[in-house]
Amino acid sequence: MIGITSYGAYIPRTRLPFSVIGGRPAKDGGPERSVAWNDEDAITQGATAAIHCLEGIDRSQIDMLIFASTTLPFQEKQAAALVARVLDLGRDVQTADHTGSTRAGTSALRSAFDAVKAGSARCALVIASDARMAAPKSGMEINFGDGAAAFLISDGDAIATLDGFHAISDEVTDVWRPTGHEFTHSWEDRFVIQESFTPNMNRAIAGFLENSGTSIGDYARVALYAPDARSHGGVAKAAGVAADALQSPLFGRLGNAGTAFVPLQLIAALEAAAPGEKILAANFGNGADATAFSTTDQIEKLGPRRGVEWNLARRRVIGSYDDYIKAKGLAAAEWDAGTNPGLSATILFRERDDDLSLLGQKCNACDAVQFPAQRICETCFAKDDFSRLRLSDRTGKVVTYTFDFFFPTPNPPTVVTITEVDGARIHLQVVEIAAEEMKIGQEVEFVFRKIHESGGRPNYYWKGIPKPE
Amino acid sequence: MANKESIRDKVSIVGVGCCQFGENWDQSPSDMIVDAAYEAYADAGIEKPQEQIDAVFTGSIYSNKGPHECADALKLFNKPVSFATNYCATGTDLIRLGVMSIAAGLYDTVLVVGYDKPKDRGVSGPSVVVDRVRDLPQTPAGWFSLAAATYFDKFGAGREDLAKIAIKNHANGCLAPKSFLKRPITEEDYFKARIISWPFGLYDSAAQTDGAAACVLTRTDLASSFSKEPVKVKGVTVRSGPNPQKDPNNDFLSWKPTAWARDDVYEMAGITNARAEVGLAQVHDCFSLTELLTYEDLGFCEKGSAKEHIADGAFELTGDLPVNTDGGLKTFGHPTGATGVRMVYENVLQLRGKAGDRQVKGAEGKFAVSHNIGGHPTACGIAVLGRD
Repeated sequence: MIGITSYGAYIPRTRLPFSVIGGRPAKDGGPERSVAWNDEDAITQGATAAIHCLEGIDRSQIDMLIFASTTLPFQEKQAAALVARVLDLGRDVQTADHTGSTRAGTSALRSAFDAVKAGSARCALVIASDARMAAPKSGMEINFGDGAAAFLISDGDAIATLDGFHAISDEVTDVWRPTGHEFTHSWEDRFVIQESFTPNMNRAIAGFLENSGTSIGDYARVALYAPDARSHGGVAKAAGVAADALQSPLFGRLGNAGTAFVPLQLIAALEAAAPGEKILAANFGNGADATAFSTTDQIEKLGPRRGVEWNLARRRVIGSYDDYIKAKGLAAAEWDAGTNPGLSATILFRERDDDLSLLGQKCNACDAVQFPAQRICETCFAKDDFSRLRLSDRTGKVVTYTFDFFFPTPNPPTVVTITEVDGARIHLQVVEIAAEEMKIGQEVEFVFRKIHESGGRPNYYWKGIPKPE
Repeated sequence: MANKESIRDKVSIVGVGCCQFGENWDQSPSDMIVDAAYEAYADAGIEKPQEQIDAVFTGSIYSNKGPHECADALKLFNKPVSFATNYCATGTDLIRLGVMSIAAGLYDTVLVVGYDKPKDRGVSGPSVVVDRVRDLPQTPAGWFSLAAATYFDKFGAGREDLAKIAIKNHANGCLAPKSFLKRPITEEDYFKARIISWPFGLYDSAAQTDGAAACVLTRTDLASSFSKEPVKVKGVTVRSGPNPQKDPNNDFLSWKPTAWARDDVYEMAGITNARAEVGLAQVHDCFSLTELLTYEDLGFCEKGSAKEHIADGAFELTGDLPVNTDGGLKTFGHPTGATGVRMVYENVLQLRGKAGDRQVKGAEGKFAVSHNIGGHPTACGIAVLGRD
């Protein structure tokens, strides 16, 4: 049975309260949005969601990876190929990026499903991730949120089948971001809602119901894209979605996460769904689409996943709008990181297995594990006799640490550790921990993050975070 | 197999020189090299260096322009001039190369010049290196502070012990005419200063400065023809070590290269009880904790006991084993390639009894040790000098 066999979500831990955007202190329980911090972007979020999706799953079966995003850090240079390396998927993988519209997440899901159905892929990983930037203090800044969703599609133990898909296209300059622009633009709200969002959503949903011979009441859970909470309510009402079937759009907790927005709602629906439920997901962006799923008995057998609820429970509320501006790179800096040619591409190329896949090596003679790759064993001096070993999904332990106040970051100090993993020692930054909480023996898990922007481009590596409970 | 006695007493230092250390905005590397070398020539009574110097060993980290910079500054042409570098241990390694060349019978008299010019770069401390994605942040404070959490955890020491080292080195620096900083500090100053990389604050960290230091080495049997007060090289060594950041069994309680170099050089010099036989030491206080660890790693006290000896004042000018008598890297200054040679300059003055207000009483009859570490640290150089 072809369908979704696993899922994983990632929502940045940092939350920006609306009150802080408005220049007031953070208030407990008030509305907020998620924010990709200075070491996060669509690629790091997507890689993390994928790692959460692949928990306990053999990665060697994956032969297709589609990365959907409107905020790809590179316009030329594929995110999917980079993430495939991060996930240590090997080279025999079809990779593609889907972009240009917030619908890219659902259209990527459909493409993956079609590929598996046609036999051109066995097992496809679909990642939707966005970290869209809105102009500071704008309405969009409040409604946007950052996050990523990942799904595994294969012909196997599907937890949900994909029952049907209907898409329509529309040409309208309602929401757009020209090449080179940092912020998403929008025409007048009323125009966007009345002439693009509402009619496109209505038409996609109605068309799907007609083609499939189903009615909206057949769907126990309905996930809808919307630019804001009010228009979400409007389109739900127009489609006749019952209140108890309407999936929360998470405005005020997460925000509109672009290509990941409807996919994250779909994950939230799957987390709550019982076997045999029908789910409808309608997405928008230069047209609209509607996708229907049915959960299977298998949904109860999938082990615990890091889904939407798990991510929403992890929060770091920031109380300073200045910190947000600094983290997003919007504060004026004395030097532009892009004024140098950046890191040597030759060195990055040679060190891909170390830096992107976090592969250590195990000495075949003495079993000592070391990182990075070296030709002579540090322990027994055997030469060129190693097996590679993926460390990114292992748990590390802090041997020692310091707090560096010099390294450029929006919130100094940078926590730096020597972390031991399977006997290898790694010089590792640890994030998402307060200095006073750091201790010798702290357990950490590895997360893929941006390290710096030398050369005006993101340069990635791994960091540690305190191992979640 | 190394012959541990192949160096002892074969080479003597007959001249030492050191330029004013500091932010030498109006001096080029060549200007400082000339100041240091000509002071060493005068000290050795050398009037015709182009005839009397057989070979030159020079080195630096920041002004990495090869041997010509020194050869051209001093107009020492048609000679073997070599440029060597060994991180912050460059100075001691230059002396070792000079000593070996004489002990091997190749040359009679050689000049050693260590120098550096970090203040031409426009930053007040070492640069934050961003040429890779891993091993960041890359600053020396961040490398050396990695031993703090572990050492404090195991032995119960803390910043209050480090403060005493900083206060001592600031006091000693005030007494050295060529030192950069001449300002005593209090414990209050220490704790008020900004943190660089915990637990290191401003006063835990060496003063990066410009500077050059030089010495003239010759065969011991020729020494009396140069100087009335030659000082003998009892032993000199360097040791490499693993990168402590990836070494699978580093305990972060001591730095391995120091312990290895200590065993080697003490055997060369015949030292069996360092605390009793060493009269004074210049050690690599790139950071206060590095000096503390070095007390223990050089065998001046037991591992873990340094804070008690610090509290007793053992390493102050009036103590039984004064350390960093000229203020050390902390206040005399740390022009990377010059530092090991500057330490030998200080030890020679002390052994001659010519160190002025900072003169250590009773130093003449004992060994004087100078200690340099470099890298993460991944290298250590130690030189032992003596009068007899």
